[in-house]
Amino acid sequence: MSALGLFLIGVVALLALAIAGALGAREPFGRSLVYGGSLAVSTSMLTLALVELLGGANGGALVLPLGLPWIGAHFRVDALSSFFLVIVNLGAATASLYGLGYGRTRRAPERVLPFFPAFLAAMNLVLVADDAYAFLLSWEFMSLASWALVMAHHREDDNARAGYVYLLMASFGTLALLLAFALLAGAAGGYAFDAMRAASPSAGVAGLAFMLALIGAGSKAGIVPLHVWLPLAHPAAPSHVSALMSGVMTKVAVYGFVRIVLELAGPAAWWWSVPVLAVGAATALLGVIYALMQHDLKRLLAYHTVENIGIIYIGLGLALGFKVFGMPAAAALALTAGLLHAFNHSLFKSLLFFGAGAVLSATGERDMDHLGGLIHNMPRTAFVFLVGCVAISALPPFNGFVSEWLTFQAILLSPEFPSWVLKILAPAVGAVLALSAALAAACFCKAFGITFLGRPRTDAAERAREADRFALATMAILATLCLLAGVFPGQAIDAVSPATQVAIGAHMPTQSSIAWLSIAPVAESRSSYNGLLVFLFIVISASLAASFIHRFASAALRRGPAWDCGFPDPSPATQYSAESFAQPIRRVFGAVAFVARERVDMPAPGESRPARFDLELSDRIWDIVYQPLVGFVERASLRLNRLQFLTIRQYLGVVFGALVTLLVVLASWP
Amino acid sequence: MIVDLVFQLLQMTLVIAVAPLLTGLVRVTKARLTRRRGPPLLQPYRDLVRLARKEAVVADAASWLYRFVPYLVFAATWVAAALVPTFATGLLFSWSADLIAIIALLGAARFFLALAGLDIGTSFGGLGSSREALFGALAEPAMIVIVFTLALVAGSTQLSTVVAHMVSSNVGLRVSLGMALVALIIVALAENGRIPVDNPATHLELTMVHEAMILEYSGRHLAVIELAAMLKLVLYVSLTICVFAPWGIAIADASVADRLLGAFAYVAKLMIGGVALGAFETSIAKMRVFRVPDFVGAALMLGFLGALLLFVSRTLK
Repeated sequence: MSALGLFLIGVVALLALAIAGALGAREPFGRSLVYGGSLAVSTSMLTLALVELLGGANGGALVLPLGLPWIGAHFRVDALSSFFLVIVNLGAATASLYGLGYGRTRRAPERVLPFFPAFLAAMNLVLVADDAYAFLLSWEFMSLASWALVMAHHREDDNARAGYVYLLMASFGTLALLLAFALLAGAAGGYAFDAMRAASPSAGVAGLAFMLALIGAGSKAGIVPLHVWLPLAHPAAPSHVSALMSGVMTKVAVYGFVRIVLELAGPAAWWWSVPVLAVGAATALLGVIYALMQHDLKRLLAYHTVENIGIIYIGLGLALGFKVFGMPAAAALALTAGLLHAFNHSLFKSLLFFGAGAVLSATGERDMDHLGGLIHNMPRTAFVFLVGCVAISALPPFNGFVSEWLTFQAILLSPEFPSWVLKILAPAVGAVLALSAALAAACFCKAFGITFLGRPRTDAAERAREADRFALATMAILATLCLLAGVFPGQAIDAVSPATQVAIGAHMPTQSSIAWLSIAPVAESRSSYNGLLVFLFIVISASLAASFIHRFASAALRRGPAWDCGFPDPSPATQYSAESFAQPIRRVFGAVAFVARERVDMPAPGESRPARFDLELSDRIWDIVYQPLVGFVERASLRLNRLQFLTIRQYLGVVFGALVTLLVVLASWP
Repeated sequence: MIVDLVFQLLQMTLVIAVAPLLTGLVRVTKARLTRRRGPPLLQPYRDLVRLARKEAVVADAASWLYRFVPYLVFAATWVAAALVPTFATGLLFSWSADLIAIIALLGAARFFLALAGLDIGTSFGGLGSSREALFGALAEPAMIVIVFTLALVAGSTQLSTVVAHMVSSNVGLRVSLGMALVALIIVALAENGRIPVDNPATHLELTMVHEAMILEYSGRHLAVIELAAMLKLVLYVSLTICVFAPWGIAIADASVADRLLGAFAYVAKLMIGGVALGAFETSIAKMRVFRVPDFVGAALMLGFLGALLLFVSRTLK
């Protein structure tokens, strides 16, 4: 049986688990059945996808008599989809493993168990779909299943609103994709991807389809300004689902974008890369600045997903530009950087969301200002969370650094662009990327420092207990993968190569054969990096220093109260909080990115009331783009409301008028 | 191979050996310029030994991370410093990380030091960490755009190649390089906590940044952190020297004599750099904390302008 057949069987098995989950959610075995089953299925599909990707074999195509009767449902697996299948199923397997322990403490399992495997099945289906109908159907299925999961705790504040905004944005995105596919399919209605590849749309049609795909896939991925739903919806779901949505579902959206724009839309025009690069840079910078301002741990992580999507889109935009101007090697480098970052992000973002889930189970708190000092009671969780923080901050020797380094190398090739717009845009994008990478480090310094370090700010934080063994095992696996992908970047790059070959017809030179496991994207004299050696150097010099100190220096150690310049304060409330940590950065960037209103209420000397400090932050994009839109829709619906109270005669008149208008339009269509 | 390894190890020991000397020289210069006698030149070495011999006092609230951080910070800084060409280019491991990776290593050191500042849960530590996070967030991108400029001039982000290109005669005077040099100096001042950004000699002052983060450290931990800070100063001075004043440096595959000569030239240039830094610090006042973003932001913009000029001029020549 072909690999594709096995994938489809896996999808069917997941759907069966969804039904089992619906029936047995209240039973004691329901949780183990659903998560255990999902773990088994997604691990096998992960193995299969890895074999497909590394074997470079074509998983074959299949037409099933489902869906629209005259089209059928086309399915296909190639290297590009297998690469994303690896991301999806790795995330799915870890989330299932985590769910085995995490689900135990959760309320209302019937609101999670049926939808979890259905969500996994839908994401897998999107990746193997090979016609517009199957793709959009699975895409909508994915949106709906994840919406149901977002609404799992529907009674909590704001969750209903989060679900509503998410549903609206998801429908909007699907509409854009629907129109994109309609344009690419043309009048003949060639909805199969093969027909779209063969067709050559005119430049205008292809450009329009590209913009629609950017909007449609981008709204799911969370590019600015379509990101507004993401920081609401991702944290609202149970933590292992948040990990899936943030770490994995956004990558499915990236897949949709790559598939449509690089493969289906035909030969690209050079200007396509301009909006992608601009949007990518804006997304990266705004995402991280918003993330820095959060004090809800899960919302911080969700905003930070927006930043990483920006970095991925920068890679994709560069790849698009290089491809158009006939620089396949550079295009392969940029696309590899983007795709590798997608993979890396799925690793560390899942890890961090699992960590946030462990904190949430242990303390019942998501607000960092109510946490602190967790490293004492949860040392293992703290350690793996720290690994995730270092990896996502793009610090060597972990994996996040490798993909950002590759992106920088791609940007350094951009003076070769013949186009002036790109020539000037590229270094600006590079500077923005550097700025957002540095801000990311500050952001995760805050996330880890305020949550895990310092003194406990509340009783809940003081009483925290270590996470369960499933959660620890899951996080340990992901942390190890983060390190491995950072220390052996050559192998990771080579694994991406088949996918870039499919998308742009070129791949980076083979890296794993370079001596000493270095990577050299263009030539060794130009730039090279060796994750393994850097890792070994750090380990060796740290242990050298430690052993030298322990050999020759005093080993005496005394515990005592903190000195604090002679003014120690016993209250943990005097520690720096999430807000105060971000205050300098808010002061510098606040005016650009958002409206920050600070109000200080300082009582006059002699008054006994406490001083107050209020801070109000608002998302400027929400104010500029969405608020007027919401107002317009409200006004329009008020006007249209009158249509509900017409007489039969008037209704018939409206129908007649609409019919005549449509016929006139049809008759005058060229 | 063995010879290469020896030279690589020599470089690693050289940077550590001269680090306290450079700091001592800066202090002596500053003292003499303000008509004080000042501490002896070798005082930093004695300080390190004295600190290492003392008992370490660790706050009650400190976690395991607190005791790991000094070694991690030191290791990351040391590895970064060992990868910057000092007396010779093309050393055995010089290709294992390029300039971007060196910057990221320093970023890792800063990340952990800022975490250590938050670990005790005092307001001073948090203050230092949060300000360091801001300065780092501005200085690091400035450094990256400087790398863009160098990489476009030399066609490489590999420091050995950049230096070889700078030594060769076909560089000439370029506006972009001048901008990069000014930007690099600003970044170096900010990253090392020198005046006008931060004052390395203060205690109990609300403007301090680096000193606030490491306020609770004592004994051997403090010694390791101090040495790491000295190493970082050496790193930035060496970086400036090797890119903008590479005269005398031994290019890859040079003879042993050339390398020895390179070592003398390097130490001499380092000392000149130290005196210049001391003179600069005496002649300028420390600025308010919220003026620093403008100062470092100027470096970012200068570096960016330099890079942009190069991007644009590529087709004109």
